[in-house]
Amino acid sequence: MAIYSKEEAKQIMEKALSFSTADACEINLSGSESGNIRYARNTVSTAGHRSNQTLVVQSNFGKKSGTATIDEFDDESLKKVVKRAEELAKLSPENPEFMAPLGPQKYDASITYDDATAKITPDYRAQVANSSIEPAAAKKVTAAGFFNDSYGFSAMMNSNGLFAYNKSTSANFTVTMRSNDGTGSGWVTRDFNDISKFDAVEASNVAIEKAVMSKEAKAIEPGKYTVILEPAASVGLLGNMAFAFNARTADEGRSFMSKEGGGTKMGEKIVDERVNIWSDPLNPEVPTGTWNGSGQPLKKTSWIENGVVKNLAYSRYWAEKKGVDPVPFPNGFIMQGGDASLEDLIKGTKKGILVTRLWYIRSVDPQTLLYTGLTRDGTFYIENGKIKHPVKNFRFNESPIIMLNNLETLGKQVRINGNLVPYMKIRDFTFTSLSDAV
Amino acid sequence: MKRRDFIQYTGLGAGALMMPSLLLGNDIPAEALLNPGMDIAIKKKMADVALNTAKSLGASYADARIGRYLNQYVFTREDKVQNVVNTESFGIGIRVIVNGTWGFASTNSVTEDGIKKATDQAVAIAKANSKIQKEEVKLAPVKSHGEVSWKTPITKDFKDVPVSEKVDLLLSANAAALKNGANYVNSALFMVNEQKYFASTDGSYIDQDVHRIWPTFTVTAIDKGTGKFKSRQAMSAPMGMGYEYMDGLASEKLKGPAGLNLYRNSYDIVEDATVAAKQAKERLTAKSVEAGKYDLVLEPNHLGLTIHESVGHPLELDRVLGYEANYAGTSFATLDKWKTKNFKYGSEIVNLVADKTQVGSLGAVGYDDEGVKTKKWDLVRNGILTNYQAIRDQVHMIDQNESHGCCYSQSWNDVQFQRMPNVSLEPGKEKYSIDDMIKDVEKGIYIAGRGSYSIDQQRYNFQFGGTVFYEIKNGKIVGMLDDVAYQSNTQEFWNSCAKICDKDDYRMFGSFFDGKGQPSQISAVSHGSSTTRFNGVNVINTGRKI
Repeated sequence: MAIYSKEEAKQIMEKALSFSTADACEINLSGSESGNIRYARNTVSTAGHRSNQTLVVQSNFGKKSGTATIDEFDDESLKKVVKRAEELAKLSPENPEFMAPLGPQKYDASITYDDATAKITPDYRAQVANSSIEPAAAKKVTAAGFFNDSYGFSAMMNSNGLFAYNKSTSANFTVTMRSNDGTGSGWVTRDFNDISKFDAVEASNVAIEKAVMSKEAKAIEPGKYTVILEPAASVGLLGNMAFAFNARTADEGRSFMSKEGGGTKMGEKIVDERVNIWSDPLNPEVPTGTWNGSGQPLKKTSWIENGVVKNLAYSRYWAEKKGVDPVPFPNGFIMQGGDASLEDLIKGTKKGILVTRLWYIRSVDPQTLLYTGLTRDGTFYIENGKIKHPVKNFRFNESPIIMLNNLETLGKQVRINGNLVPYMKIRDFTFTSLSDAV
Repeated sequence: MKRRDFIQYTGLGAGALMMPSLLLGNDIPAEALLNPGMDIAIKKKMADVALNTAKSLGASYADARIGRYLNQYVFTREDKVQNVVNTESFGIGIRVIVNGTWGFASTNSVTEDGIKKATDQAVAIAKANSKIQKEEVKLAPVKSHGEVSWKTPITKDFKDVPVSEKVDLLLSANAAALKNGANYVNSALFMVNEQKYFASTDGSYIDQDVHRIWPTFTVTAIDKGTGKFKSRQAMSAPMGMGYEYMDGLASEKLKGPAGLNLYRNSYDIVEDATVAAKQAKERLTAKSVEAGKYDLVLEPNHLGLTIHESVGHPLELDRVLGYEANYAGTSFATLDKWKTKNFKYGSEIVNLVADKTQVGSLGAVGYDDEGVKTKKWDLVRNGILTNYQAIRDQVHMIDQNESHGCCYSQSWNDVQFQRMPNVSLEPGKEKYSIDDMIKDVEKGIYIAGRGSYSIDQQRYNFQFGGTVFYEIKNGKIVGMLDDVAYQSNTQEFWNSCAKICDKDDYRMFGSFFDGKGQPSQISAVSHGSSTTRFNGVNVINTGRKI
């Protein structure tokens, strides 16, 4: 087992630090055990188990730093890895952007670990696969899916007195269901820290239903449409938008967040005033670790409030240069939702398109955050409050900024890839061509 | 490591790098890259521990891959070295078939005890999964090669070149870009050495030493007044070569249209950075394209990505059969189309070949990761779909009995599966240069270098950008264009292929970080072509005002 308790991790890192002769030394120790199963054509294909553990030493003399890594933790190995990091530091050129390790920090206790998730077995994984395969076969649908579970820890300690430790578990599931005649396709994704929240049968049935509903889709003209975006459809565009919240590229004039004539869009309203986006490591639905790899505490942070940019992420170096407090980049984000269910959103739509997910999203123009990609695995035409029929997939060319300015209604939030994202109704979403892909 | 983390790590910015996740391995000092590693006799002994354990536990087949992966990456921006990373990763991956079902496990403990435990785990996984197995694994026969070896034919091993020399070269390129008007420049050098030892119960013991290199940069120019920013990426290609690729030999340079310098098997990074800075600035005021139909003249370092996405991926047999349905997707190039022997993938001049042996390519190896000797084969001949890319457990599904030899795993830690070989467009047979081609175009666009790319999950509808665009009017290049992307359908596009330059213009494009599978694995692959013309393709304008 590559997992160490808080006390065991502390002992290993204290031992490593005791060998340091550098100005400062920082140790990161981590380990994980993960298992997965893959299936396709209604049968299992490949499966595997991985085990990893690593100790990373960063030593510095002034602004010269060196890093070395090892996966054995006996005294001799620890002595060797510290010596190696120090030798590398002495040989390195000065890095003007080097920041000395942080001193002691206070962290909130995280809620990322679940015991049952840590104990998932190969038999459990085979059962998950079977929960997709059997109901699929019964409905003349073919399942292809992937389930991965992981249990890990990370810890850090440095010569300035900092110590941090966290344990976490996660499980991720996706399945694509295709009708046996090849004309319909459905998909679902689920991710949790706590496996007891996962129901493989329920999730698989969502995808099966979409596969059956999406059979024999009709082509309609591309153009601007009112869309209902399921959280899996908008999360990719929102994630790409979040990536633009980097103070340095904004200050340097090479980001959507840069302002004409210099400066950044901090404090400016960039999207509809109902848009609120924040991060919170202690949200029980999407918990994350409460510190990052350089030991900075992660706290609840607002990024967009009432449509206005509230924060940009500042690295420690850039914050010092600009005379502001560092703002660490979060591990996930939460977008405020509303009360409307998906059914409510459909009922309130006179003419529109329901989108299950967007796929192959690529940047077209970083200046305007324009992205392209396609709908996939369940795209439906809505008329007078009802789903009328499936439609062929579209290619879109759209910016999340324009999308969030064209917000009509916010629906309920759903956990998606470690984020909380609401269903959204958006007007004038730009589809530019049709795809024959199912 | 996620793509986003990697991009932040390298500072290259979105779009500069695609799907990278290969920072696996432990950090080591540069000189440790020169350590010889485990003796081959011990590797054989250790591999036999895995094979014998697997057989004793009831496996009908087993293979073991002992891998040592040495990487060196250098990252710089402007006049600063951001990071020099040396990594080593060493371990063994064991794959077994028990009860007709695959099982896999890996360990970095390459000892008798560690290997036995991992083999136990692989067998336990196969047994658990065999209870729900409905299609028994059938392997195409492969002959025993005995004890053999293969090496990438390099003349300069990156591990012998001092880091300071590499840093100096990147900083000179950065300086050239800044001197010529760039506001920012990020550059990087990726060097990879895979030392792979393969053994299987079929009786092969294969030792291979594989080298790859990729120099790249992104130059950014800013107009502070308008707030506009534009970038231009390197015209290099990642190659299956040693450090000799960085020599910048004059004999390997080609003069392209509009002052472009193009490179074959040797790259001049300082020269390219100089031109890049001027072109990034020029893009700030370039004419925005008028949407409509154009004849496209596509340069090999651009066309390679189009080949990759619209030919390479759809002809992967695992996609066609549905094994990748949950991630990358399936394929429009279905078996029933192939079986007609008359499916017009492209026009008659379109000949696309798969090749795992091409010298200098990223995909070149002597044997694949399940011990099959590599080869070259046709995918599309005279425009007709003729074959797919398949490995040992797939070929029986297309009524063939010989694996194509394109099985690959990114490390000892991951299970091997079907990966794209080099897929290339054969050059035209008659003498025909880029200049000849441009002269023959009335209303067109010349596109060079890779850009934004997106394609659907069955590989019908795609949209591609590029690095630089030039308008062609009445046989002449008249100026730079911007905001260009073309949208088409794969079959329609390849059937609009009207003319291909000859072999003198043939060059390779490469993808260093191609992603596929769950958990996702990367692979490196080249695509060769000569400059090619496609008639009447739909071009859209990607400019927006916010």
